[in-house]
Amino acid sequence: MSEAVTPLNGARVNGLATIADAGLTGMITLRGDLSSAEVKAAVQKATGLDVPAQRQALSGQGAAALWMSPDELLLICDYDGVAETIATLEEALRGQHFLAVNVSDARTYLHVSGTGAREILAKLCPVDLSPEAFTPGMFRRTRMAQVPAAFWLDEAGTFHLICFRSVADYAFNLLKTAALPGGEVGVYG
Amino acid sequence: MLILTCPCCGVTGEETEFHQGGEAHLTRHGPGASDDEFHTYMFAKENPKGVHFERWRHNNGCGKWFHAARDTMTLEVYGTYPAQTLEPPQEIRDAITAKRPGWTWREFA
Ligand SMILES: [Zn+2]
Repeated sequence: MSEAVTPLNGARVNGLATIADAGLTGMITLRGDLSSAEVKAAVQKATGLDVPAQRQALSGQGAAALWMSPDELLLICDYDGVAETIATLEEALRGQHFLAVNVSDARTYLHVSGTGAREILAKLCPVDLSPEAFTPGMFRRTRMAQVPAAFWLDEAGTFHLICFRSVADYAFNLLKTAALPGGEVGVYG
Repeated sequence: MLILTCPCCGVTGEETEFHQGGEAHLTRHGPGASDDEFHTYMFAKENPKGVHFERWRHNNGCGKWFHAARDTMTLEVYGTYPAQTLEPPQEIRDAITAKRPGWTWREFA
């Protein structure tokens, strides 16, 4: 058995915001009819969470459910709990048209926190990140400089950001550069 | 800069979040088609100054395809609508008529 590591291997940097590798995290793509009672029951059973509404993120104890598209969720759980969570989904959705796949190692997962978090993301993404426009629980897939990325904001003001594993270095360096002291814009006060 | 609203996920985003996918409402002539039909499908594309219908994909977002009606001269977007339609819906045509009375595009008006 090989030792699983994240692409950034625990990298962390402090600047206008703190950018930190979130560590090994279980991620499951679930595709199916998100409005069906079966999918709702399966997600509830596997994660303890409801199916999130359009462009919303629901978080619970060690789990999150993220709205990726009209027929796709990304479920977050413990890295070691993925097989069990998928088994629960498959059992609950037996006979339904669905797909549940372990994509834990497909992406890199970062935490962006601190007072400059909104601003440094806004430097890189064409999204209105003002406190009035982007509120906790919102989930947004977008472009971060030259790569696709997605993020959601929790109640504590930390952004949870995912992008593909192959661009982990690029994404980390982008955020690091955007967070360099001296680069304050102050657009959000 | 175009501002498009994806009808699949509801995001209103700038052009760089999307990717243009060519002319809308094409009939894909394939095996069994006449040379003329295939030639028209393959090479004869609209290139209007004004009202235009295109396919777009929300490639840095939800990943879905959709249709957009826009003006190539002013970059005004008249509306976006689902990919699963064979012709522009009436409300899109009405929105265009309000701004460009008498418009035509291929077989549509
Ligand atoms: Zn979309």
